[in-house]
Amino acid sequence: MSDIADRVKKIVVEHLSVDEEKVTEAASFIDDLGADSLDTVELVMAFEEEFGIEIPDDAAETIQTFGDAVKFITEAS
Amino acid sequence: MFDLTGKTALITGASGGIGGEIAKALHGAGATVGLSGTRVEPLEALAAELGERAHVLPCNLSDAEAVTALPKQAAEAMGSVDILINNAGITRDNLFMRMSEEEWASVVEVNMTATFRLCKGVLRGMMKARWGRIVNISSVVGATGNPGQGNYAAAKAGVIGMSKSLAYEVATRGITVNAVAPGFIETAMTEKLTDDQKSGILTQVPAGRMGTPGEIAAAVLYLASPEASYVTGTTLHVNGGMAML
Repeated sequence: MSDIADRVKKIVVEHLSVDEEKVTEAASFIDDLGADSLDTVELVMAFEEEFGIEIPDDAAETIQTFGDAVKFITEAS
Repeated sequence: MFDLTGKTALITGASGGIGGEIAKALHGAGATVGLSGTRVEPLEALAAELGERAHVLPCNLSDAEAVTALPKQAAEAMGSVDILINNAGITRDNLFMRMSEEEWASVVEVNMTATFRLCKGVLRGMMKARWGRIVNISSVVGATGNPGQGNYAAAKAGVIGMSKSLAYEVATRGITVNAVAPGFIETAMTEKLTDDQKSGILTQVPAGRMGTPGEIAAAVLYLASPEASYVTGTTLHVNGGMAML
């Protein structure tokens, strides 16, 4: 697993208080990891800080799963 | 009680009567205050009067870019914005049938849309801190209506609906959002009224007098305090009984 994926996973595990094994490529933040809509906003904020990038609102809406987040951040950074 | 030591507060309309008193009340409770308004001189005079822990942050609330930039400027000056008081307001009274699009739009822009923008701008920091207080200054006429103030009443009622919606969204993050609805208060805004108008108004006020800016500031101080942590989405009416809501 890439360094980016590891860092993203760490944020997700900490923020949503979920087991690491549950954070799979296809895991949906809301449907599988118990996030509410405000949690997803906070996750995006945390990603922005961790990776020093800007994630615009329309892009943030497309980040639904752990895999989406890793893909977006890999392309953006 | 009501100790705001270590907290930072951004107050719009701090050059006005009510805003100035709010700034003094929060500052007096120990908060660092960011004084915003369009007129720089009264802001600087107030900052000088308060001494330490006071920053002047001029902003024209009808300028969308300036409004969006204000929370960032405030956070740079004070380190954070823990408390936001949306107090600034304008009136452009006219009978409904004569009200221009411009009179409508300017009042909605400053009294409601600027409040939306500022709330949005401070939320990120408050969410991270898991603590925040937003107090939006509405008006009794937002609840009762007032002839000649269709624009102002609409904007002030809008602020209440907006506050409640935002209160729902952020309640789990330790952020409260409330409104204070003043009745008739002795300020420059009500000084424009004639003596006849004033005595007419006072017949509707059980307390038999106008309120003072300090009485509004006390309500704001309470809602901004740690003690009010379980109070959110409410509107505190401070109006001498003129509308018991």
